[in-house]
Amino acid sequence: MCISVLQLFYSFFKSLVGKDVVVELKNDLSICGTLHSVDQYLNIKLTDISVTDPEKYPHMLSVKNCFIRGSVVRYVQLPADEVDTQLLQDAARKEALQQKQ
Amino acid sequence: RTAAPLSCSSKHSTKEKHLVLLRDGRTLIGFLRSIDQFANLVFHQTVERIHVGKKFGDIPRGIFIVRGENVVLLGEIDMDKPCDTVLQQVSIEEILEEQRLQQQAKQETEKAKVTALKDRGLSIPKADNLDEY
Repeated sequence: MCISVLQLFYSFFKSLVGKDVVVELKNDLSICGTLHSVDQYLNIKLTDISVTDPEKYPHMLSVKNCFIRGSVVRYVQLPADEVDTQLLQDAARKEALQQKQ
Repeated sequence: RTAAPLSCSSKHSTKEKHLVLLRDGRTLIGFLRSIDQFANLVFHQTVERIHVGKKFGDIPRGIFIVRGENVVLLGEIDMDKPCDTVLQQVSIEEILEEQRLQQQAKQETEKAKVTALKDRGLSIPKADNLDEY
C-alpha cells in the first residue's frame, strides 16, 4: 500500500476530528458517531456511537465509544459541506503521480 | 514492526468491560488487560455472547488472546446506558439451539438461492477469500 497516500488520508481524517461521520464496515455494519481520533493505519475511534441501520446488531446497545480497526472499514460517510472535494481530488492526484515516479 | 503493549490503566478503568466483534461474527465481552498497535488483545473473564433475534446467551471462556487481524471493532461497555430493555437472556443450551436453527434456516435459503442461480447458468464466487488484506 502506498505510504504517502496513506499519509494524505491520515492528514485528511485528522482534519475531520470532532465531526459526525458514518463508518460502514466490511461486515455491513454501519456506525454513526463523532470522530474522536485516527492513527497512521486509519484505525478510527468514535464517540457517542449509534448503529444507523435497524438494530440487527443488538450487541452495540450499551457501547458509547469504540475503536474500529482500519482494515475492516469499507466506507466513511462524511457530510458534503465538511469536505473540499476539489482540494482533496487535486491532492490525491498529485500523490498518485508522485507514487508513479 | 515490533509489538509494544499499551498499559490499560490510564484511560480505561479496569472495572469497565469491553466488547469486541471478531471477523468470524463472534462477540466477546470481558476485561481488557492489554492492547497493542496491531489491536492484539488480552481479555480477562471473557464471555462469548451469542445473539439470536431478541435472545442472547453468555458462555464463559476464561482468558482470551485475540490476534489483531481478527478484530473488527472494540467498544467500551457503558454500565449506565440501559440495554437490557429489549434483550432477553436465556440459558446456554437454549441459545445454542436457537443458533443451530438459525444456521440451518440460513443454509436452506442459501441452498435454494444457489440452485435457482444454477438453473439460470449463474454462480456466486465464494466470499471466503475476499478480505485477505
